[in-house]
Amino acid sequence: MSTRDIVFVALFAALTAALGLFPPVTLPVVGVPITAQSMGVMLAGAIAGARRGGAALALFVVLVCAGLPLMAGGRGGLGIVMGPGGGFVLMWPVAAFVIGFLYERSLRTLTVWKEALILVLGGVVLTYAVGIPWIAAVARVDLMKAAIGSAWFLPGDAVKVVLAVLIARAVRRAYPTLQAR
Amino acid sequence: MIPYVPGESPVHRCPPGAKILVLIAAGTALFALPRLDVAVFMALAALGLAGLLSRVAGIPTRLMLAQLRPLAWILAVLVLVQLALDGWLAGLLVAARLAALVLLAGLVTLTTRSSDLIEALQRGLAWLKPLGANPAKAGLAIALTLRFIPVLAAITAEVREAQRARGLERSLVALTVPVVVRMLKMSDDIAAAIDARSYDPDRG
Repeated sequence: MSTRDIVFVALFAALTAALGLFPPVTLPVVGVPITAQSMGVMLAGAIAGARRGGAALALFVVLVCAGLPLMAGGRGGLGIVMGPGGGFVLMWPVAAFVIGFLYERSLRTLTVWKEALILVLGGVVLTYAVGIPWIAAVARVDLMKAAIGSAWFLPGDAVKVVLAVLIARAVRRAYPTLQAR
Repeated sequence: MIPYVPGESPVHRCPPGAKILVLIAAGTALFALPRLDVAVFMALAALGLAGLLSRVAGIPTRLMLAQLRPLAWILAVLVLVQLALDGWLAGLLVAARLAALVLLAGLVTLTTRSSDLIEALQRGLAWLKPLGANPAKAGLAIALTLRFIPVLAAITAEVREAQRARGLERSLVALTVPVVVRMLKMSDDIAAAIDARSYDPDRG
């Protein structure tokens, strides 16, 4: 990794932390609170790419585990990873890497729909695939119940995917950072 | 926010790396036990251990209970579900295990300075050197991240002012895009500045 890569890694780790400072937005219709933080995962992958984005989120998770209050609402510490939401958090670096990888692979042929699909795949499908069994294991509920419980986050995720696509497209036009694989 | 509680107890003086290893071992063991009654016993023992260690470390009980507060309603729902489906033993297991792990994790955080924990992580990374990890680079990235957070907050405040003047203060996109672009530009400048000072992480 070059110095520029290291600075980018730090930037997106900090961006994910800063998104936790946003007051949780409550959706007007269903009333589900969403935090902006998992958008940091999508933006890190989509703007910084696979290696730097994945490293950025890995760094973020390490800092959270070290007890820095970087999660939404000023939470931090190893308790986050040991708790029911730990699976989602631990998948964030992998999700950012996969999103970045798919972006770099299809950089020349990106359309709005393709971008949204990539973000849903990496930011939602992949994280839920580990997050839901994790809830089931920690909480000793069966998979189905854990899945239904997690479905409450889906409307928020949809909003985040739309925002991430809009932001990533605008940033890419203003300041291209990705290189096609 | 979890504060650090200074102290001189054996729990405080135990090296951070060892504390993390114990925590990982406890987390793995409590989930790996196959028999329900043994698991319940061990989870309760871990809960007792967390209480004992916090007493040794001189952490006020109030502060330990505060660790559980964010989990309180989740715990309540989980226990009710288990009671309805699997009986009281399973409910006890889920509650005791989750509480024990969160309390032990909280105890590590409460008795270890963030800087010591980060240093321990950096030393731990040295073991991964053959796999391509570079502790010096990780250290630089950590330092930069901690510095970037207040900078990001300041830039966000500035951009929010500017967008309010344009009547765009309610648009998240109009807020985030300029912030990210400015940070990307700044990152390139910082990287150039670091390189200009002949920083070489491979030589420390």
